Amino acid sequence: MKRLSSLILALLAIATAHADEVQVAVAANFTAPAKEIAAEFTRQTGHKAVLSFGSTGKLYAQISNGAPFEVFLAANDNTPAKLEKEGKAVTGTRFTYAVGTLILWSANPGLVDAKGDILKSGNFKHLAIANPKTAPYGAAAIEMLTGLKLLAAVQPKFVQGESIAQAFQFASTGNAELSFVALSQVFKDGKLTSGSGWIVPGELHEPILQDAVVLAKGKDNPAAAAFSAYLKTPRAHAIITSFGYALR
Amino acid sequence: MLTDTDLQAIWLTIRLAGIATLILLVLGPPIAWLLARSRSWWKGPLGAVVALPLVLPPSVLGFYLLLAMGPNGPVGQLTTALGIGTLPFTFWGLVVASVFYSLPFMVQPLQNAFESIGERPLEVAATLRASPFDTFFSVVLPLARPGFITAGILTFAHTVGEFGVVLMIGGNIPGVTRVASVQIYDHVEEMAYADAHRLAAVMLTFSFLVLLAMYTRRPKPARGD
Repeated sequence: MKRLSSLILALLAIATAHADEVQVAVAANFTAPAKEIAAEFTRQTGHKAVLSFGSTGKLYAQISNGAPFEVFLAANDNTPAKLEKEGKAVTGTRFTYAVGTLILWSANPGLVDAKGDILKSGNFKHLAIANPKTAPYGAAAIEMLTGLKLLAAVQPKFVQGESIAQAFQFASTGNAELSFVALSQVFKDGKLTSGSGWIVPGELHEPILQDAVVLAKGKDNPAAAAFSAYLKTPRAHAIITSFGYALR
Repeated sequence: MLTDTDLQAIWLTIRLAGIATLILLVLGPPIAWLLARSRSWWKGPLGAVVALPLVLPPSVLGFYLLLAMGPNGPVGQLTTALGIGTLPFTFWGLVVASVFYSLPFMVQPLQNAFESIGERPLEVAATLRASPFDTFFSVVLPLARPGFITAGILTFAHTVGEFGVVLMIGGNIPGVTRVASVQIYDHVEEMAYADAHRLAAVMLTFSFLVLLAMYTRRPKPARGD
């Protein structure tokens, strides 16, 4: 009996230790900066941010079905707005934490020219893209290709990743020569980390406004509010821009 | 009721599972025979390798296949040199992956069937001067028939249920690599639950009927002794 009560006490201690922990759902393109920000966040506030990654569409489905996430860093602005309208996010906590940049990228250093003309040449077999129905970067790529009247020509070469992370994986392993990925996946401190790429001009698609929101489950968690606020600090901004995102 | 893309995915799945099963019906018996008959030291390692797909996460298998079959991998360089190109994102890439993925489902029932035949029918055949070839086709095959049926059904059904490996190396191309399980995943991701339900119900019914057929009509394995 004594042993049982001490066990319960130990479990309670663990449960309370979790009180300053925040569960964050992060769009796949923001994986690398989110890890850096979470580490800094823990160092400066003592709170711990537990990160889960996925496509915005999948994370939305999980949140709608009761996933325990408390803060959502989406890859677009309409999904957080939708969650707020549905009462699954805390009203008034929505803001744009980063503006995304799309890049046509190849692991092959000489393949992609500065203007992206390789898309017109058709000189490639596979073009990896994130599922445009669930991943905003995939949708932006489709919008850009439609605008340039290239969609019909390149669509047969699409291979589709379930998120931007898988599109990048197809390209980084060389299985797809080309890919539409987020600049943040291949960019650090002012230059491409590997391969070659054409940074798609922002005017060719709607801006990729990436919004964050505190979810209903995180309403009473001080760590959730703290994490959301931390994203607006100069330190977090420096990390975000170092990966090629813009701020607004 | 089912959309054209659903039917396309189902037909693709059936073709994939059918071809993988046919290939394994050729590759499986020799391996099962070796495992059932050999007393050599490599019987253990070979059996373990065959059983690996049972315990490996499909993501591990998919990851290694993606690297091995890619342009920088050994298989990819071989297929490129042969003029086939690289296998990921192709139907035949999925076939190769499925053969690995479903190998134990073919080999293990066959191995059991071969083992349960025992030595005696083979010895009797030998005393009647049957050649090993003749013995295999007139003695072993008929006695192991229930094993072949079980192995064939399990292999087919297991390949139909393949998901993780296909997701890793398929690239989700309609009519080429978008099999039924991936199509369901897409429906769910897009929150199209009604579409997901329809196709999922088809898969559930299919799987249940296959297993029902196996469990109700499954004959006792033939015993040679």
